[in-house]
Amino acid sequence: MKPAPFEYHAPETLEEACGLLGEHGDEAKVLAGGQSLVPMLALRLTRFAHLVDVNSVRGFSGVRRENGTLVVHAGTRQRVLERDDEVGAAVPLLARAAPLIGHFQIRNRGTVGGSLAHADPASELPAVAIALGAELELARAGGATRRVPAEAFFVGTWTTAAEADELLTAARFPVRPGSCGFAIEEVARRHGDFALAGAVCAVSGDGMAGLALFGVGSVPVRAAAGEDALRAGAPAADVAEAATRDLDPPTDVHASAATRRQIARHVVERAVTRAREEQRAAN
Amino acid sequence: MPQIEMTVNGERRRATVEARLTLADFLRDECALTGTHLGCEHGVCGACTVLLDGDAVRSCLVFAVQAAGAHVTTIEGIGGEDGSLSAVQEAFRAEHGLQCGFCTPGFIVSVTAFLRDNPHPSDTEIREALSGNLCRCTGYQGIIRAVQRAAQS
Repeated sequence: MKPAPFEYHAPETLEEACGLLGEHGDEAKVLAGGQSLVPMLALRLTRFAHLVDVNSVRGFSGVRRENGTLVVHAGTRQRVLERDDEVGAAVPLLARAAPLIGHFQIRNRGTVGGSLAHADPASELPAVAIALGAELELARAGGATRRVPAEAFFVGTWTTAAEADELLTAARFPVRPGSCGFAIEEVARRHGDFALAGAVCAVSGDGMAGLALFGVGSVPVRAAAGEDALRAGAPAADVAEAATRDLDPPTDVHASAATRRQIARHVVERAVTRAREEQRAAN
Repeated sequence: MPQIEMTVNGERRRATVEARLTLADFLRDECALTGTHLGCEHGVCGACTVLLDGDAVRSCLVFAVQAAGAHVTTIEGIGGEDGSLSAVQEAFRAEHGLQCGFCTPGFIVSVTAFLRDNPHPSDTEIREALSGNLCRCTGYQGIIRAVQRAAQS
């Protein structure tokens, strides 16, 4: 239960951090909050010759408003999402999703960027990013940056569109003006466990409709058919049916595919109902 | 190997450590503070919870090098310097919030941080806050009562 030896790097600048990733490529792994990586190292499910600890990188954490966007820097602790008033006011879904991540001891250490880059298909933040149409900002040595839409970022279980020499530096969440409603619903065996299935819903008075599911496949899923039904004003149960019709959820020790599909339908219906209620109340 | 220095329960500690040494092993093996218990060593059981710059964290998921320069409080630093028990510790004793005691340091440290941040929690909040620590003996009822009692004291 001890990690294999590795060389430890604690860069203090973004350039230095990207340089290390560029130099070591696949041999290196970014260490942020460590709440997923360190268990995998301890269980020897994985090992890396180099760990690049980004906790000391200047300007790597914190939240700022940039016109119509809330920029959450990658090193921001998940605990900040549930406590920061600016986050709660600008992107309420983040404040509501955060308490569902692990336990408070995990969120004290776990980071927003770490959760997104780890890309566990049953985790909350990737689905939130997809439902809200967030963009993820990547940097590499030399100062080159690019932005990837959340939907294109998650390509497989624990796999993202980020190259080995790229570092996730921020998530950019659109701040929706006007009357909106947001909801996240999940079913887990115990509080803090990964969800058997979960759903995120965002609606606005001007026709915005976002719907994403997690825990139902190898990646978080944007439910395009469900979004169409949502936009057309279909009853929540019909939206849920449309959103889950084509799912092919996994069977494992926690739940069968059929159970997961049923739970998925249930959480979508609940999320849609709650989001619509909130949107109507805000009108 | 990295040289590190940190403050543990108010005392400066200096050591040369392997980068892969966890904070939990540093506290137990280098500082001889064996009150921090290791149950699962992969972040599930919560027995190794300590305060890192005031925040409750699992010390098996932090490398000692990452705690360089930090202030760490372990179960040994929770009570008074004269050996008196903290309000949380008193409440656990009064309400039989433990049996074998293995998980207790993690519970005490977690609850100490929880009640500092939320001095008047609801029962639901208490249960949620306790969900990150596992106890195989008590069935949790005494622990929940202990937190309720500590919150009232």
